[in-house]
This record gives sequence, C-alpha cells and structure tokens, in this order.
Amino acid sequence: MAKAATNKKSELTAVTIDATGIYYKQLNEQVRDLIAEGCTDIVLDGVNGQRYIGDGLTTDGVTIVINGVPGNDLGVFMDGPEVIVNDNAQDGVGNTMNAGKIVVKGHAGDVIGYGMRGGKVFVLDNIGYRVGIHMKSFKEQVPVIVAGGCAGDFFGEYMAGGLLVLLGLNAGEIPLVGSYVGTGMHGGTIFLRGEVTDHQLGKEVRVFPLDDEDTCQLESLLKEFAADTGADLSGVSTGQFIKLQPFSHRPYGNMYCY
Amino acid sequence: MAFGDQYAKWRVDTEKVPAACGLSGVMSRDGKRFGGDVIIESMRVLHDRGNGLGGGFAGYGIYPDHRDHYAMHIMFEDAAGRALCEELLEANLEVEVAEELPTRAHAGIIDAPDLRRYFARPRREVVAAEAIEPDDFMVKLVMKINKTVSGTFVFSSGKNMGVFKAVGFAEDVGEFFRLPEYDGYIWTGHGRFPTNTPGWWGGAHPFNILDWTVVHNGEISSYGINKRYLEMFGYECTLLTDTEVMAYLFDLLVRKHKLPLELACRVIAAPFWKDIDYERETERHDLDEALRITYASALVNGPFAVVIGFSRGMVGLNDRIKLRPLVAACKDDFLYVSSEESAIRQVCPRPDRVWAPNAGQPVIGELRGDV
Repeated sequence: MAKAATNKKSELTAVTIDATGIYYKQLNEQVRDLIAEGCTDIVLDGVNGQRYIGDGLTTDGVTIVINGVPGNDLGVFMDGPEVIVNDNAQDGVGNTMNAGKIVVKGHAGDVIGYGMRGGKVFVLDNIGYRVGIHMKSFKEQVPVIVAGGCAGDFFGEYMAGGLLVLLGLNAGEIPLVGSYVGTGMHGGTIFLRGEVTDHQLGKEVRVFPLDDEDTCQLESLLKEFAADTGADLSGVSTGQFIKLQPFSHRPYGNMYCY
Repeated sequence: MAFGDQYAKWRVDTEKVPAACGLSGVMSRDGKRFGGDVIIESMRVLHDRGNGLGGGFAGYGIYPDHRDHYAMHIMFEDAAGRALCEELLEANLEVEVAEELPTRAHAGIIDAPDLRRYFARPRREVVAAEAIEPDDFMVKLVMKINKTVSGTFVFSSGKNMGVFKAVGFAEDVGEFFRLPEYDGYIWTGHGRFPTNTPGWWGGAHPFNILDWTVVHNGEISSYGINKRYLEMFGYECTLLTDTEVMAYLFDLLVRKHKLPLELACRVIAAPFWKDIDYERETERHDLDEALRITYASALVNGPFAVVIGFSRGMVGLNDRIKLRPLVAACKDDFLYVSSEESAIRQVCPRPDRVWAPNAGQPVIGELRGDV
C-alpha cells in the first residue's frame, strides 16, 4: 500500500510501498501510476520474487530502491530510470535494457544483460552463467556490465557490442570465470582482472593488453562502480586487467552470400 | 475433436506469459521434522513458473508409525482397475492399512481420480519363493501394476515417505492433500509447465520409485536412450514424461550398483570429453573416462535442474552447462535448493549462505544421524 505524508499530487515525489505479498502485476502498476503522477523516488520494501520490476519504464530522473530480492527480469526493456537493489537479485537483470542503471548490492543470477543495448548494470558480488549474452551496441548506445565477484560459464556469449568488466574480488575461493568465455563473440570488449587459460576461451576471442583509452575508460568505470556499490577497490589497479576481444569481424557474414 | 481439446479444461489462464517449471527442496540435516506448509509457502512464490497443469510434493519422515511398511499411494481412474490392482496387492503383500488418501475439497483441483493409500509389505512366502530382495520385489510389482492394470498408477512406493501430486498449481495441490498436517525432515515441491507431454495426474512431479523422488525443470533429450537402457534392468517407463527415467536411474546406480551419490551424479551429468581430455594428467581422468564409457546410456542430456529426494538426503543437480536455474542456501542444519532465491528467502529470510551451484556439480545434503 502506498504510504505518503500527503496525497497532494505535487508533493508525492517520494513514496514507499510495502510490497509484501503484492502480486507483481499490481506492484508494477502502482509504480507506473506513481511515476505518471510525478513521483521520482520510490522505495519498495518487502520485495520477494516479484518479476519485471522497472519493466519498460522510460522516465529519466526516477530512482527505485528495492529492499528484498526482486524476481526475474528486473529492469527488462528499461529505458531511463535507476534501480538500486539492497539485496541479491535473480536471473535476467537488465534483459534487453536500453538506458538507465541497475545497481545490485549483492549477487545476481544467470543471463544478466541479455540482449542489452544501453545503460549500466553493476553487481557487487558474483554473477551467474551467460552474463552479457547477445549484448550489442550502436553509436553512442554502449551497454556496460560490471561485477565485483566472479562469473560462471558463457561470459559474453554471442556478444556483439558493449563492455563487460569482471573484478573477481573474491577469486581464489572460486575461479574468476568459467568456461566458454566469449563463445561466438563478434563485437564488444571484456575486461578481466586476472588470467584465463585458452581452455576457458571461446574460439572467437583472443587476449589483448589494454591500451591508454581502455585504461582511461576502466578507471572512470571503477570509480563509479565503487561509489554506487560500496565495493572496496583499494587493491585493484588497471594494470591487473586483460582485455578480450573477437579477432574476426562478422565471422558468419558470408554464410548466406556464397 | 481438434488435437489438444481433451486438455482444454485445464487451460486456466490464457493470458499467461511463457514460463518454466519451478522446484524447491528443504531439508533438516539433523532430521528435525517440520510441517508441509513450509514447502507450500516456498512453492507459492514460484506460482508463475508453472501453469496449473501439474503440482506435487514429496515428504520424508511423514509416516513414523508405519516406518517398516511400504507406503503405496495409488491413483485409480476406474473401479475395475482398482479391483484388479487390489487383487494383485492382496496376492503379493500383507496389507496392514488400506484407506483413502486424505484430501479436502479445493476449488483449484478438479477431476481427481480415486486416491488410495496402502501400508504393506511383501508376503514372506512370495519373496522366499522368488528368492528376491523386498525392494526389488516392490520395484517389480510397481512396474507390473503401472504397465498392466488399466487406469491405475502407483505414484509413491517408499517407506516412511510419500508423494502427493495432481493437476493444479503446486500450492493448491499441497492444500488439497492437507500437507500442513504432515511433518517431515525433507520436503520437495514442484510446479509444472508441461512442454512436450500431457499435463495429467500421473505426469505431475515428483516421480518416484521406492524412496527415490525427482522433481525436474527442463527436458531430457536422452529420454529414449535412457528408457531403453533402464528396460534392460526391468524398469518400465509408463508415465509419458521424460523425468521418470531420472528416478529409476538413481535407483539403479545407487541402490543396485552401489555407486556413491557423487559418482551417480557424475554419470548423469558427465563431464564433456574435452574436459576429460584436459584433465588427462590428474587422478580424476581415469575415473571420469571409465564412468562415461560404462554408463554412456545413463548420461542425461538436455537442460535440467533437479532435486532428488531419498530417505537419507536430498541432492540438487544441474545439467552440464546450467541451462536451468538452481540456487542453494544453508541456515544452521537446514539445506535449501530452489529455482529462485526468493522461494528460499520466503521460508528462510536470512540464510547463513546463499550460492548458485555450478553446472553439473551436485549439492548434496545427507542426514547426520538416525531419524
């Protein structure tokens, strides 16, 4: 139920909703209605498993804070707002997201950033399998995912554009990244803080050193990531990273052209 | 009648978005018994992963007063099947109790078959005449009933445990079978979204033989190979659903072939040959190679997340490239596995540890003592 000090439209800029037991359809309708009324700061308490929070929202300057574990496809098709999760998140965070930012102050599940085409996803801890699958970019639209922990298999699978950054702050207990890294990748860039063996790599990618432009981009991203997630990056320096990129462009471009 | 019309009455929500099966498992490794409401509440969070065409549960430790009897849960579609089945039971088993499986009227559950429960054990003279272990005798009897008695399906056949399943949403199925009135030390649950096979009562999960139960999200593309392999050992797949093979594979590998659980999981989710080659210099290599060669036909291919239950524990397992979700958590002596973290957090808000199991790596919870 929406709790606000006043129900005057003009003063409803900050609202807290107790989402406990509310079905995802009603919850997301409430969020939509509040934004339509001019609300810019929404806090969702007691979230547990509600899907599609932030789905297709297009308003810039809106922040949604989630206390609890949001359900799958958090921020799917989102195009502008910022979502902050003060807990863990599940699968499909940032699915086909176009603009805005999602900050998860815990771990997140599989297929994060599926087909993402803009905006940022920051995850403090580990991420699951197939993160960044089918990510793409066009001109100024460059999606970015940064994770402070480690990643599962198929990191950057079929990636066509954008940027993945993996910090592995807890690497050692578990491997930095699984197998099939960048399998089918034909665009975009992956920065890994640590080494990978050839056995872990998809056959379309190779390891390159970072150039000055990469270092500059990474430095500013790390600052933003630390500020948003509260991660301790005192032991992290850009010199610890390797870069993965595809070494062929459009490998199947001639497949149907003879 | 157009194809599929016979299932039309079960299409309850035509606006539904495509979903997937949902599953959960909760276990007390100290063997503490807790009510079936816990697993119902966990499954309620996963409502949208199912579509109302199948829900079910397994509970362990629920029949302590009959712990030495096989608890048979049987569904009958007609009276003739029941008469024939009960003749077979009478001829082969000492039936201690024969009764209705307790249910309550529920708006979400319609067209229930006749549901009966029998606490029984094989007649000594029959087992002696066949020189057969009681467990093997029961497997044969269950296969015989399911294959030959029309409209009759044994869906639970273990000791001090039971499977409860129906066409409906999981939480409705749990209420229909009055699960909050039972206490168990392991509970697993499943909400079904049938893809390739019909949504019918026998096709709901869990699948069971003896005390083995399986709830599954995914599809087993090696079903044909697995089924033919199991037939060589006397298992008959009669329930029209791929998941059935998984229950029989665990019975074969662990009970009959005495493989440790971890190795049975490594047979079912075997490493890829490229990874076995890569570990050539390690001690794992020869074992992995031998398992893959010996049990080529027991490898389960295709996407899966499963929770296996048995009297001594619970196993969560993914296919080799994690094509279905699985999350695990611990709190004190409790182990949780589920398709989604929220389903765990619903019944355990602050776990000691939550993690995503790796592809093909089992999460095994075993009892620490006797129950």
